[in-house]
Amino acid sequence: MQIEWIYGLAGGILIGVAGAVYLLINGRIMGASGIIGGLVDGSAGPQSRERVWFLVGLFVVPTVIAFLMGGADTYVTDNFLAIAAAGLFVGVGTRLANGCTSGHGVCGISRLSLRGIVATIMYIGAGGAAVILFKHVLGVV
Amino acid sequence: MRGFFAALAGGLFGAGLLVSGMTDTRKVQGWLDIFGTWDPTLAFVMGGAILPMAVAWRITKGRTPLLGGPFPPAPAPKIGRNLVIGSVLFGFGWGLAGLCPGPSIASLTYGGWGGVIFVVSMCLGMLAAPSLRARLDAANAAS
Repeated sequence: MQIEWIYGLAGGILIGVAGAVYLLINGRIMGASGIIGGLVDGSAGPQSRERVWFLVGLFVVPTVIAFLMGGADTYVTDNFLAIAAAGLFVGVGTRLANGCTSGHGVCGISRLSLRGIVATIMYIGAGGAAVILFKHVLGVV
Repeated sequence: MRGFFAALAGGLFGAGLLVSGMTDTRKVQGWLDIFGTWDPTLAFVMGGAILPMAVAWRITKGRTPLLGGPFPPAPAPKIGRNLVIGSVLFGFGWGLAGLCPGPSIASLTYGGWGGVIFVVSMCLGMLAAPSLRARLDAANAAS
């Protein structure tokens, strides 16, 4: 159990360094939902190329590491209806709120943004409620 | 150059998500599950990520990005309706699947069909968001 905290901390630092590179070199905020959403709805405009490259790195590097590790698993539920509904909620919600765990959480809280802090409290609260409802009450995940 | 550093940042982000265990939905749901076997990992990930970012924000003061342009300005500290509604919707989906946007892309090749369905459906949600936002804003202005 303890070793997993250390992996968590080490991985977290990597995430923070990634955000620092994207901010200090490219001058952008590393928010996954904004990067993806702007490409999906076409609002990224001239930033599109840079964002595609970001996503290429985000997709390729874990793929290679997982392969070298002999595989990894997300242990995501096999209830496809639940997954599809969750994806819709995450897609609509993050775009409406203008950020997710990386944008509001990591980048927002680290600059003491009130919006980031409020958003993070809200999505953690709602996430906790969802786990209670779907796991303990309904038992679907 | 912009593309190279963007890919580098994306790669570091992806490596961090995998190493930290954030592409493992059990860890995310385990952290949110205060009535189950609570898993504290996510707090360590968040803390670890916020530290270098806090230093980075400090460095931005009085400087410009290495590749030019201004740093992103701080948004007005206004807690709007969309921020609250959006964050609650997002959190609900996050708890249900244990995935958020970054990890869903990072785990596309090893998350099975569930991961693929999540990403497709997330993109559909993102496509629908602008019109939903317009409707919410119109309803808000009317009331």
